[in-house]
Amino acid sequence: MKTLAQPTGSPAAWPDTYGDDARERMGFFTDTSICIGCKACEVACKEWNLVPEDGMVWTGESYDNTSELGANSWRHVAFVEQNTSLRGDGQADALRWLMSSDVCKHCTHAACLDVCPTGALFRTEYGTVVVQEDVCNGCGYCVPACPFGVIDRRHLPRDSGDPPAEILGLQLGKAEDGRVWKCTLCYDRLKGGHEPACAKACPTDSIQFGPLDELRERASKRLEKLQAEKWNGARLYGHDPGDGVGGFGAFFLLLDEPEVYGLPPDPVVTTSHLPSMYRTAALAAGAVALGVLAGFLGGTR
Amino acid sequence: MSVTEAGNGMRSYYGRPVLKEPVWQPEIPAYFFTGGLAGASSILGLAARIAGNETLARRALYIGAAADLVSPPLLIADLGRPERFLNMFRVFKVTSPMSVGSWVLLVSGGATSTAALLQWTGRLKPVMIAAKIVSSLAGGPLAVYTATLVSNTAVPVWHEARQELPFLFGSSAVASAGASAAIAVPPAEAGPARRLAVGGVLVENVLFELMQKRLGMVGEPYSKGEAGRFRKIAMGCTLGGAALLARPGRRSRLAAVAGGALVLAGELAVRWSVFRAGFQSARDPRYTVEPQRERAQSRTAPAPADGSV
Repeated sequence: MKTLAQPTGSPAAWPDTYGDDARERMGFFTDTSICIGCKACEVACKEWNLVPEDGMVWTGESYDNTSELGANSWRHVAFVEQNTSLRGDGQADALRWLMSSDVCKHCTHAACLDVCPTGALFRTEYGTVVVQEDVCNGCGYCVPACPFGVIDRRHLPRDSGDPPAEILGLQLGKAEDGRVWKCTLCYDRLKGGHEPACAKACPTDSIQFGPLDELRERASKRLEKLQAEKWNGARLYGHDPGDGVGGFGAFFLLLDEPEVYGLPPDPVVTTSHLPSMYRTAALAAGAVALGVLAGFLGGTR
Repeated sequence: MSVTEAGNGMRSYYGRPVLKEPVWQPEIPAYFFTGGLAGASSILGLAARIAGNETLARRALYIGAAADLVSPPLLIADLGRPERFLNMFRVFKVTSPMSVGSWVLLVSGGATSTAALLQWTGRLKPVMIAAKIVSSLAGGPLAVYTATLVSNTAVPVWHEARQELPFLFGSSAVASAGASAAIAVPPAEAGPARRLAVGGVLVENVLFELMQKRLGMVGEPYSKGEAGRFRKIAMGCTLGGAALLARPGRRSRLAAVAGGALVLAGELAVRWSVFRAGFQSARDPRYTVEPQRERAQSRTAPAPADGSV
């Protein structure tokens, strides 16, 4: 029997469990070589998904004042200024500006989904990963489990229509929202036959939405073209089903190493080691019992 | 050097973390402590019963039940939506040590408090015996699963320590159970409890050193900042407490109480140290990027033709 913890090459619980309702696996191919850093994706995402505003800061980090993905930022455009030429034949005083719209990777083997104890995180019929906000109890386990630091707890005040609960006169609910949030790959729009808001809004088609297999082919062709044109550092990130998370549902064409964009160079889903972790736990539990018994060897009193 | 380059040549995005820091509050390491205490105490209670040490058996059982009862409120208080705590029991999910652990705590807490209640009232002896057996069977898993829970994250200092942490948490639990029983039971009948406290403390301290040595650079957070300070406090308290229990604690109740309290404080500090190390490890992109970069390079060298990473 396959368990969720064992990499299987395709997402667990998809498409088999959906029967006739299963759909083609959909995803994003974000081609950063044509991103112009307009942030229309960030705005469209916030507008469509009613993602609340969480404060304004000026970071001084190029044009990036969003800084990272989180509970209230489901698209994030990174800006990197480099003294490198765009093409391989570089001049000494070259300058290039890398821009990349980051998003939840909708992993084939998603750590957030695996570790969620309530079943709030689930695999949709499109092979994407979504949080059910009416189920999430804010345990926070998915937050450090995600190898990309995507999902986070929302610390903003609760919706006024959803006041903290009282049980036996005791306020049990908290003043803050307390649940975790992330990109849903616009699950509601997909159901209506529309593309996600960010892809729709992207003016250069840097964000491309479609069936994952199709996107992978398109990305390989695009990479070949860039390499033939000697673009510096062009590479695909997350397109390989053999990587540590079984391939991303939302993958990228980058122009430098992933860590330059704040992405992990070799992410691994933590649950791939879970079988051995359970074996270790069983041994340790046995050792605790034996250890306690050993305490009686020197006498029972 | 560009702004995306850290001092040692590692590249990052403005030095920002790759991972999110955990959102867990101090209730969680407090529960690591109470859960460990509950688990090991229920085993100690049954072992003492079988060995015929009535006082030790009773008090270890009551300590275990008390620790089991304070655990759920700690966990519920930490939830972002405490009023939805029952959602923990919507599913049983093997891929989530938190799901497995919630069920273990439910079984352990139910069994231990039933056993303690029946012991106190002196009723339904067969049920009491069954409850004690169940609670001690759940005791081992309860004492160590929290280590598996934190190991099963992307946080390098926890994930890479996955082979050691369950044993570290286990020995800490045994020491806690021994120390609290050594406080609650007169020295004349607390021999096994004292030995457990001393043995647990020694095993735990040796394990911690070995773990840090093996982890190398990834293990740095355990000896740095807040985690490092609490690691030192833990070492001082546990070893000092163990020394008190080992000698003067055999005769003097006062020394036993002081030694036991020191060990308990030390065990709480150990949990806090491991907990905070996880935050420090997630915060610094070095611990995430460098080992992954090495791994990726050792696998793909020389650079692949398709330019993939």
